[in-house]
Amino acid sequence: MKSILAASDAAALLASSIRGELPDERGRFGPFGGRYIPETLVPAFERLEAGVRRYLPDAGFQQAFRRELREWVGRPTALTFAARLSESWGTEVWLKREDLAHTGAHKINNAIGQALLAKRLGAKRVIAETGAGQHGVASAAACARVGLPCRVFMGAVDIARQAPNVDRMHRLGAEVVSVETGDKTLRAAIDEAMREWVSDPNDIYYLLGSAVGPHPYPWLVRELQSVIGAEARQQMLDQAGGLPDVAFACVGGGSNAIGLFYPLLGDAAIELIGVEAGGTGSGLGQNAATLATGTPGVLQGCYSMILQNDDGQVQETHSISAGLDYSGVGPEHALLQAVGRVSYVSADDEEALAALEEVCALEGILTALETAHAYAAAKRWSKDHPGKRILIGNSGRGDKDMPTLTQHPVRIFSHASA
Amino acid sequence: MQAHEKIGVAINGARDAGRTALVPYITAGYPDTATFADTLEAVSAVGDVVEIGVPFSDPMADGLTIQRSSHTALKNGVSLKWIFDQLDLTKPRVEVPLVLMSYVNPLLAFGYDELASRALASGVCAFIVPDLPLEESDALRTALEAKGVGLIQMVTPATPDDRLARLAQASCGFLYAVTVTGITGGGAEPSDDLPFYLDKVTAISPLPVCAGFGIRKAADVASVGEHVAGVIVGSALVEVLERGEDPAAFLRGLIHAA
Repeated sequence: MKSILAASDAAALLASSIRGELPDERGRFGPFGGRYIPETLVPAFERLEAGVRRYLPDAGFQQAFRRELREWVGRPTALTFAARLSESWGTEVWLKREDLAHTGAHKINNAIGQALLAKRLGAKRVIAETGAGQHGVASAAACARVGLPCRVFMGAVDIARQAPNVDRMHRLGAEVVSVETGDKTLRAAIDEAMREWVSDPNDIYYLLGSAVGPHPYPWLVRELQSVIGAEARQQMLDQAGGLPDVAFACVGGGSNAIGLFYPLLGDAAIELIGVEAGGTGSGLGQNAATLATGTPGVLQGCYSMILQNDDGQVQETHSISAGLDYSGVGPEHALLQAVGRVSYVSADDEEALAALEEVCALEGILTALETAHAYAAAKRWSKDHPGKRILIGNSGRGDKDMPTLTQHPVRIFSHASA
Repeated sequence: MQAHEKIGVAINGARDAGRTALVPYITAGYPDTATFADTLEAVSAVGDVVEIGVPFSDPMADGLTIQRSSHTALKNGVSLKWIFDQLDLTKPRVEVPLVLMSYVNPLLAFGYDELASRALASGVCAFIVPDLPLEESDALRTALEAKGVGLIQMVTPATPDDRLARLAQASCGFLYAVTVTGITGGGAEPSDDLPFYLDKVTAISPLPVCAGFGIRKAADVASVGEHVAGVIVGSALVEVLERGEDPAAFLRGLIHAA
């Protein structure tokens, strides 16, 4: 994959990315990105793109967005020094606490931003997809906040394993549609949301939850999520007395990771590591390690790395965490891998479960199963880098994972002895 | 004559015979691989052009019927390579021009240059790629046109007039007019503006216009046929195959009852 770009192109693209020039006018991050959509949606996407170009730099929009982040989401979220994890790992560990954001994950940053945009674009109703349910809950809450009806598409498999979030969406006034087609997880939910949008492109605003999909979504979502990295960077300087040596974030579609990494790209000394779901093994279908094991292709509207067979058929994935269980990844991550700025590793189901227990026991934080993958990789990295300063994007809280966690009794860490 | 030009000749042949051209759609390898050749031969005996669907794992522009047939075909082991091999076998008995409908990713995986050569050799005259808008289509169009194979553009009731003109100019083979704002096989009723829209598309297009989405019965063919050169029949035909009925008889009923 690294050979997709010549070294000189890679350096130029990274410089261009750091200067904020990507995506380009066609929605490309180097070779990745673009807009592969049915003709019916072309006018809707052109309206959306025009809206993003108009409102993102607009002072009034930014003021409203920043105010919602501060007064309703509860930003800035804390940066927490993890004293006992640091002692256990032999490194200095800092946590960017997106679990403390309203509704319990970073997803709300994007959801409220897009809901404000939908309102300005005159949408009559909002649709959204969800995997783990966090984006569905965030969308339901954001739509209630701005006064728009919301319909959430969720795979039947995910509905079963994230029941608490389904109930939360209902209570927040959203309609939840069970998706029985395809793989019945996040990918099928996105397909179904796209089909709904095709049927009513004038009145619907599609509130996409990750930095994936056709242009301008990967760009829009990154811009709305970059608050994570911007805050974390300043907090590290203020609280830790300097920038981290390395930053870890879990990657499914990659919105929390791009939000954390993007403002750190220009700090060349900070190593950036994205952590994908290693699932139960390295075979096709056993994991969701798209960047580690995938190949370039077009899935759900953009050219990026995807898990596919030789015939270009997209493969099903497996991860214990619904939020990472996706066959594609945001195009900007594909670029950052190709230019060598971010490295992508994986952690498997068992490592994630063990990490989740350790963070609970040592820091009193029930982190999300998605986020637990980042901890697992950070712990591994710590073994070879004693004394280094680590920043971990604690993307969400794990309350929604209780149905899964109850099937895995606490084994390694007991609160009494640890 | 370039391969894509055969499509216009076939559609105009129907017009000269005083009827609406019929473009049946079948999903390759559905309901099973063993009967695909027979099904193709049967529908090509009635249709003027035949559209063959390449199954894809994520058919986001398609409704339940085509999704289901696509899913089954993939489970049956259908791939683009398999389809080309089948077309080589049926070529002596299939005289009508063939059009492949595929999402872009299976074409990318096959490789555009090899795709163009292989398509030409198998009697495929054009491609329809529902997730490849004009802005992203240069690479594929260039590769196909080098072999005389066309890339058919779609227009919809939501398409603005200036874009409609660009799409009509760019299309190669015929111009595909989607009748409804929605997915294939959906329940959406065509709007009252449909005749006006179809007349507009026909007036602007240098190529014959074929209308698709929601064409299910003879009355649809008759009413839409007043405004366009041809009609595409997809989900309704796939449902006939699903029920194990005779596809050729169904297609003949669409024309003759009119």
